[in-house]
Amino acid sequence: MAGSYDRALTVFSPDGHLFQVEYALEAVRKGTCAVGVRGQNCVVLGVEKKSVLKLQDPRTVRKIVMLDDHICMAFAGLSADARVLVNKARIECQSHRLTVEDPVTVEYITRHIASIQQKYTQSGGVRPFGISTLIIGFDPNEKIPRLYQTDPSGIYSAWKANAIGRSSKTVLEFLEKNYKEDLPKDEAVKLAVKSLLEVVQTGAKNIEIAVMTSDSVIKNMEIEEVEAIVSEIERQKEEEAEKKKKPSGSSNS
Amino acid sequence: MDCLLGIVGKDFVLTATDTSAARSITVMKKTEDKSRNLNKHIIMLYAGEPGDTVHFAEYVQRNVRFYEIKNGIELTPEAASKFTRRELANSLRSRKPYSVNLLLAGYNVKTEVPQLYWIDYLGSSVEIPFGAHGYGAYYCLSIMDRYHHPELTLDEAKVLIKKCIDELKTRFTMNLADFKIKVSDKDGIREITV
Repeated sequence: MAGSYDRALTVFSPDGHLFQVEYALEAVRKGTCAVGVRGQNCVVLGVEKKSVLKLQDPRTVRKIVMLDDHICMAFAGLSADARVLVNKARIECQSHRLTVEDPVTVEYITRHIASIQQKYTQSGGVRPFGISTLIIGFDPNEKIPRLYQTDPSGIYSAWKANAIGRSSKTVLEFLEKNYKEDLPKDEAVKLAVKSLLEVVQTGAKNIEIAVMTSDSVIKNMEIEEVEAIVSEIERQKEEEAEKKKKPSGSSNS
Repeated sequence: MDCLLGIVGKDFVLTATDTSAARSITVMKKTEDKSRNLNKHIIMLYAGEPGDTVHFAEYVQRNVRFYEIKNGIELTPEAASKFTRRELANSLRSRKPYSVNLLLAGYNVKTEVPQLYWIDYLGSSVEIPFGAHGYGAYYCLSIMDRYHHPELTLDEAKVLIKKCIDELKTRFTMNLADFKIKVSDKDGIREITV
């Protein structure tokens, strides 16, 4: 059934699927995990860094990119597609500043990226972008943190916390269980790292964290800081494991 | 008539622009800023056809910012001047060319060298130690010739620019309002008074 309806993009299947778009979502699920957490006055992006091959220069592989002074983006899926989309978004950010003399709002640029992704699901001879994006930022002159997600179909929505890419289901379940409203900065970062650790086995060296605070300052955390947080989390895990053991121990004696 | 002045010192660039916006016999504004900061260390002063000036300056400003976000690195004054010059040269052979004269003043943080570029509406660009656009050039270039030297300190430059402004007040027929004076050095761009 799927066979003849998944070739061209602009063809619906009898049961209402656009198979190319769904296959694009599969491509996203193959990409490395990215997670976003909204705090009370900050927003955190965390990405799983693919293990850098020995001869590769790690500085040239960046998964968190800046779209404008006050907006940051992480993606999951085909990096080359991301490059094209990021470029279009950056041009739009500057073009908006030129015509309207105001920086873009997070919702505006998300809508712009989503509409580009949608256009490529309704044209002939093109394929959809194989990426989902997490867009974070603060609207100009506002202190409210924003987190949005787009996907290859062109849908976008705002989130309190979200995960995309490999094992995103697991991470999202973890976030649903552990998310609390109005997290302070440290807690939000910890939550992001904790949720990534669910899927990243190798620890801090494969995690990259960026934090944006209400003064629109984007801070890429140093690996030492991330390592410190990871060891703190592991210490807490051990403490809780100890506590769980103790009652059974005392009941024995 | 707009007057733009620029002086390169030991480790800074000093720029001065008049601040009057006038059309024919009426002065509309006496506090006009005829410059745009392209990035942390580059100032672009503009003069010429009203409308064209701000349009072109903001266009260059946005493109410089886009380059920096895309490549993660600050443009040097030389690169910015080359980009600007090329845009003007392309515009010259279009249906309606931009009629804008510019002074591009900047501090190159990598080589720690201050630079000043004189760019005109025909797309010619030269790097200069000091220069001016407009009628002011006729009066001020000779003063700058006389007193400028490569090791100029900020205080000496302030004295020099004051000499130029006083000369214009004495000998130029138009009543130019106060001048806006900016400095670009390793710490960035700031406005000063002389």
